[in-house]
Order: sequence, then structure tokens, then C-alpha cells
Amino acid sequence: MDALILQILNGLDKGSAYALIALGLTLIFGTLGVVNFAHGALFMIGAFCAVTLQRILTLSYTVEDPTRTDFLGNPLKVDTPYVVHWFGDSIGHGIIEWAVPLAILFAIPVMLLLGYAMERGLIKHFYKRPHADQILVTFGLAIVLQEIIKLFYGANPIPTPAPDAFKGSIDFGVMIGFAANAIIYPAWRLVYFLFATVIIGAVFAFLQFTTFGMVVRAGMADRETVGLLGINIDKRFTIMFGIAAAVAGLAGVMYAPINSPNYHMGMDFLVLSFVVVVVGGMGSLPGAVLAGFLLGVLESFASMNEVKSLLPGIDQIIIYLVAIIILLTRPRGLMGRKGVMEE
Amino acid sequence: MLGLSKKDTFFFLFVVFLTMATPIILQPFPEGSALAQFNAGYPDLMQRFAIYGIFAIGFNILFGLTGYLSFGHAAFLGVGSYSVVWMYKLLNYNVVPGLVLAIITSGLFALLIGYISLRRSGIYFSILTLAFAQMSFNLAYSVLTPLTNGETGLQVYNDDPQILLGANHPLGPHFFGIVMQDSAKINVGGWQWTFNNGYYFCAIIAVIAFYLSLRIFRSPFGTMLRAIKTNQTRMNYTGLNPRPYTLAAFVISGMYAGLAGGLLAAMDPLAGAERMQWTASGEVVLMTILGGAGTLMGPVLGAGFIKYFENIFSKINDGILHHWFSALPDGVEEFLVFIFHPFIGKGWSLTLGLLFMLVVIFLPGGLIEGGRRLGNLFTGKSRKPTTPAKDPEHHPKPAPHVA
Repeated sequence: MDALILQILNGLDKGSAYALIALGLTLIFGTLGVVNFAHGALFMIGAFCAVTLQRILTLSYTVEDPTRTDFLGNPLKVDTPYVVHWFGDSIGHGIIEWAVPLAILFAIPVMLLLGYAMERGLIKHFYKRPHADQILVTFGLAIVLQEIIKLFYGANPIPTPAPDAFKGSIDFGVMIGFAANAIIYPAWRLVYFLFATVIIGAVFAFLQFTTFGMVVRAGMADRETVGLLGINIDKRFTIMFGIAAAVAGLAGVMYAPINSPNYHMGMDFLVLSFVVVVVGGMGSLPGAVLAGFLLGVLESFASMNEVKSLLPGIDQIIIYLVAIIILLTRPRGLMGRKGVMEE
Repeated sequence: MLGLSKKDTFFFLFVVFLTMATPIILQPFPEGSALAQFNAGYPDLMQRFAIYGIFAIGFNILFGLTGYLSFGHAAFLGVGSYSVVWMYKLLNYNVVPGLVLAIITSGLFALLIGYISLRRSGIYFSILTLAFAQMSFNLAYSVLTPLTNGETGLQVYNDDPQILLGANHPLGPHFFGIVMQDSAKINVGGWQWTFNNGYYFCAIIAVIAFYLSLRIFRSPFGTMLRAIKTNQTRMNYTGLNPRPYTLAAFVISGMYAGLAGGLLAAMDPLAGAERMQWTASGEVVLMTILGGAGTLMGPVLGAGFIKYFENIFSKINDGILHHWFSALPDGVEEFLVFIFHPFIGKGWSLTLGLLFMLVVIFLPGGLIEGGRRLGNLFTGKSRKPTTPAKDPEHHPKPAPHVA
């Protein structure tokens, strides 16, 4: 039983990354009708927002400390981050330690702007072109973005630690009434799952309960009529693109401590999140979230030793196998609407 | 000739000439000159041109004609490679049985995947093919290790059976005794030309592959495939079932991919699972689009272009840049090197990505369309008029009103 719960946790954790990326993809597809292959790159840039903030916070000045010497007998050079200099020792180091959560605040404006610029600068010109062209140009953009990141940050993964408070593991079993040490889980992964739930909830609440969200939903259902009512739907859709980029970016920021960011992490996630989107049903937001968590849980169940001994290799192919079965039996995915991408 | 129209015969002979003369054409700069690093006439790269040309030609039969965008063709490439290496291990180093097996296995594999995937179209088809290819890739790494040798890659060992290996047979891939690795080097003036057996083997197969694709393009079957791309519904109404035609195109392009994969192993007796990864499928998509999907020469051009970039452009480093701009004043030199630095050497894929974006944005027809537009610019005439030409005969001036 505890092994099962552990696997469910694992799956929800993996699934939350899939779900966040798939949610952004679906937001873009549902509003603008564009298949955005650069979405993985946005996720990756989000993770590098965390790296960048960490680097900015640790910008240091060097002073020679005449009272101490290094092993060559020269005066010891001490690096002091400016943040420590300004805010004092404890607050300064605290800020540096909390770089990743703080990067959320940093990433939101960056990603919104990036998304806005992408839509206005490039994708706007592709609405009337075939889907294949949209896929290709965003694929090209993804290559360019990841090469630019590689240019500035190098090809090696950059470790970006979580705050000390979340570094170890939590005895999760005790919280839900199991014996001690039965279910031990890394704290940051639980935080990631909670964070993902909050973001997903926030996006749905935004669409459901605000006037802006209502207009956007109306636009998704019937763009022309909303336009005829005198609402500038294009502008709102552009903002939605920015929000989708921000969702992907936040997923990336919080993912940085789990997996050290490298320039091709976006591509690794992109393929899987497309499978997730298609399984959930193109254009269906709840479908994307559901499929994300579902595939995450299935993947982690398939990697249990009991299952693997029964069906060797199943853990490697389960996601694709499920995708194939669902696509063949439920042509529109789990929750897809009729007539989307079926021309 | 050969069942081709006069125009096509000239075109085909031109292609044959280009392929056969490649070792000379790609070596335009004398050895030791400053531009010698742009020479691409060395065997390894020329073989890649031919092999990836075959891969792209095959992909174009599916994507260019029917419009079905497959993201899983790398699976067939991998299957082809594995088949050839297995034939080395079981029989001997002759490439022919391996290539035959490669075409058969990849054809069967394509039949299976195509039969299932072609139940859907559009992006669903792309995702299905992608899923199959990724499954094959992951399995090749894990459970199928006895067949594929996992991460190490499949290769020939000394204790392999090789039942047909005679005493004086060459210990490397060969075609009835013609060893692929061997090449003749000819020096003329400052130029050095390498005529490699392996390249000519690939080139002859590539020419045959090109001929077959030319015939398919011009055949009623090819017309059917174009009809699928243009309007499948209307085709249904005419009483034709598009499925068998699409499936045939899928299997044919899968066999092309298997042949290309087999040739990769025929040049270098090694097969690894990374050939099946989706990035390899993405590469052939890039090649086809970059060159011009649906055109005959486009995919080959695209394949050559990308492979040239990958091998030549990535070798330019800052030192070479300094050498080029050394005639300029120091400040300007530093500035130019600084500007160009991100785009060369390791940054070649940045340049490739930018170029690819530019092509998709401004030249949806690929390099071929670019060439055509340039040609029109020089000749001043438009071969394919986009606006109906003015024709005074058929559009007489409106008659003046008479009372």
C-alpha cells in the first residue's frame, strides 16, 4: 500500500510538470489556434530565469582581507555578494538561499514580455498559414532560443539548489496516518506539486471568474461573434499567449532544483507534452491537466519492479502506448471538442 | 529515354552528372589555400550527402506528395542499420544481403506502423508516428538489448558466426570484393580529388532512388498522392479510397529510409539506437522543408545543405575568422570577429535555426523556390505567373456605349 502511494506521489509530481506545460500549450492552441513547438523552449527559459536570478543575487565584489592569508601567503581575497553588503549578513544570505522561489517574481514579467513579443513579432504573421508552417517556424524558433541560451550559459547543466528548508525529505506517511519512515519523499517535489496545483487552479479561476476570462472563453468558442460585439479579441488573445508563456516559465523556474537546467531540457519535455495535449484532446484545458497527471501516474506505476518483471520494458513505452490506444479508440482524445484539427 | 519525357531525361542526366562529378565539384579550392576548409569533397561527408539525400527523397514521397507529416521516420533508419549489421554478423561483410534485408524489414515495419497511424490524419498522424518511433527508440535501449546491443551499439565481434566469411574476404564492408573504404586520390595542379568506392556505391543507389522517385512523381500513382494532399474529401466523392495510396506511399518512404539506414551501416559497420531518436526524424523534416517539399531536387539540396553546415561550418573557429579579417584595421577586425563568433563553430545550429526560420517565413517553397525567384529576377520573366497575364485577345476593351 505504501509503495502504491509512493508511486502515486511520484506520478503526480512528474504529471504536474506535464500538466503545466500542456496547459500552456492548450491555452495557446485554444485561443490562437497555433501549434506552438517553442513551448518547451519557454519552459527551459523559465528554468534559466531561476539561474539568472541566482547569478544576479550572487554578484560580488572582492576585497583583500589583510588579517588572513591564503596558502601562498598572499592576502586572502574575500568575495562578498552585494546583497549581503546591502542587507546585512543574515538577510542577505537568506535572499540568496531563496533565489529559486524569488525567481517566480522575476520570471513572471520576463515571460509575459517574451510571450507578448513572440506573438506580436512572429506568430501573428502565421495565423493564415497552414498548421505545418506554424509547427515548423516555432520549431525553428525553439532551436534558436535554445542555442542562444547555450551561448550564454554553456552546455552543462547548472545546479540551482532549493532553499535549505526544502532540501531534505519529508516523512509523508506520518501525515496521512502511516507508520514512520514508510513513505519518505523529497520535500521540494511536494512543493512542486502544490505549486502546480495552485497555478492550475489560478488559471482556471482566472478564466472562470473574471470578466477578462469570460471574454476569452467566449472568444475560444466563437471568435467572430465576440469580434462583432466590438471587443478587441486579438489583444486579449495576445495577453493569453503571454500568460501561457508565463505558466510554462513558472513550471520551469520551480523545476530548476529538481533537475539542473540545461539548454535542451525543453526539447525533452516538448515531445511528451505534445503527447499529453493530444491524449487530453486538442483545445481542452481540463483534458490537458487530466492527461498530464494521468500519464505521469501511469508512467510511475509502470516503473515499479513488480510491473516491470511482468511486462519487461513497459516503463519505457507506457506513455506512447497509452497515447496510441487513446488516439485510435477515442479520436478526439479524452475530452476533446468536435471539429478541432480534423481538417 | 527510360520512360521519361525529354525534359525529364535532361534533368535526370544532369542529376546523374552532378552526382558522379561530386568529388570534383565539391573540391573547388586548391589544397593549402585559405578557403580549402570549405572543400567538402572528402569521402565521409560525400557519403552522407548521398545517404541523407536518399532519406529525404523517400520522406518527400510521403510528405511532399500526400502532405502527411511523419515524425517517426528515424525508426526505419534505425531498423535498416540494425538489419545490415546483423547480416554482417551472421553471413559476411558483403553489403548486398544486408541492404536487401534492410529494405524488407523496414518495409514490413512501415506497413505495420502505417496501417495503424494512417487511421488518423493531421497532427494526430504526426503524434502517432512520433509515438511509434519513440517506442522503438526506448525499446532498442532497454528490452531489445539482445537484438540491438543497447547503448554500446550493434557491431561485429570476432566470435560472431559470419558463416560465409571466406579466407581472403575483406574484413570491412564490401560489394563483392570492392571495399567501401578504399579510394583513389588524384592530384591535378593544387587540387586533390578523392574518388571513394563507398561514395560511388551510395551515389549509384541514390541515382536509382532518384529515378524511382521521378517516375513516381510523374505516374498516375503520384497524381493520386497529390490528390490526397489537395482534397481528400473530393477524392472520396469520386469513388476512390485514399487509404491504400497513402499506405503505399508510407511504405515506400519507409523503405527508402531503411535503405538509407542500411547504407549508413554499409559505410561504417556500426548501428546505434540514437539513429531512431525523434531528433533524427526532425532532421529529415528540416531537410525536406529547407530544400522545398514536393519538389524533386529540393529534399536532396536540403540534405546536402544541412550536412554541409554540420560538418564544414562547425569547423570554423575564431582563429580562422581573425585570419580572414586580418586585412582590416584592428578595431574593426575585433568587432567583426565578435559579431560572427556566436554563429560559427559550436554555434552552427544557431545559424541553421535562424536560416530555417527565415526560409519558413519568407520562402515557404524552400531553397528551390528561392532559386526560382532569383532566376526570374535575372531573366526578367515569370515562369509561374501568380496574377493572370494580360491577354488583350480574351479581354477586349469594353465597347463604348452607343446611345
